Amino acid sequence: MKSAILVFPGINRERDMARALKLASGHEPAMVWHAETALPNGTDLVVVPGGFSYGDYLRCGAIAARAPVMDAVRDFAAGGGLVLGVCNGFQILCEAGLLPGVLMRNARLKFICHDVHLRVERSDTPFTRGYNAGQVIRVPVAHGEGNYEADEETLKRLEGDGRVLYRYCSAAGVVDEQSNINGAAASIAGIVNDRGNVLGMMPHPENHVEDIMGCTDGRGLFAGLVAHLEKAA
Amino acid sequence: MKARVTVTLKSGILDPQGKAIEGALKSLGVDGVTSVRQGKVFDIEIAGSDKARAEAALKDAADKLLANTVIENYRVEVLS
Repeated sequence: MKSAILVFPGINRERDMARALKLASGHEPAMVWHAETALPNGTDLVVVPGGFSYGDYLRCGAIAARAPVMDAVRDFAAGGGLVLGVCNGFQILCEAGLLPGVLMRNARLKFICHDVHLRVERSDTPFTRGYNAGQVIRVPVAHGEGNYEADEETLKRLEGDGRVLYRYCSAAGVVDEQSNINGAAASIAGIVNDRGNVLGMMPHPENHVEDIMGCTDGRGLFAGLVAHLEKAA
Repeated sequence: MKARVTVTLKSGILDPQGKAIEGALKSLGVDGVTSVRQGKVFDIEIAGSDKARAEAALKDAADKLLANTVIENYRVEVLS
């Protein structure tokens, strides 16, 4: 799996992501600067990492979404290439129009930085095939703007088409108000586009991939991507 | 020319920041405040003297970057 990680000024999770991808695939990902106009040849997966691109000026992800490299990402996604956006990366993909909706300020206004539980809604996608449907995983979040919102019709479509892949839940897998840390519509933690090749999620699976991190629940996402691409090759 | 673009949240969109400000104003004893919605103002200098053209450019700016039209409305004014 040849992956490319986009690097914007103010991003700070790109090395965590590189480490997780290397661990899963054995290949060092390419780091692609935002001013580039093309992705490396043979890229299988584009990752938009977390952080605070452009200091979250204007709106989270708004300025990064208009960077030159994003046109190449748009073409890549239009051709069916896999794109993963985590945290600020999710915000950037929404702002770029690659995913519907918007990430608003957390409902209780606080920056949230702790582990959460996620329910994997289905396992038949490149982004979830490393898990079982209904499986509960534990991964960290670190965000102030993770409150996913979209108009009613969009939400209906997301649910109807099974495009919500990850949802905030309790340790037992119950989706309720209490476990919905940021007030997101329908406890949405991660969604895919209509074609199913672009995933945006607020939590950080890349931070739970090694024993030293105290949990390896994030591994399944990367292992699933590797398995998907190997099968496709 | 001087121009101003005002970006506001669409009605019905929850504005937790506005709510917090509203609460603070109430606790300061400011009289009669019933609701606060937070928005953004951009003061922009624009070249030339063609008002219609400037308005078109500002609309373009708002659509492309200044506002996220999923949740925000904007108003464009050429001031002078």
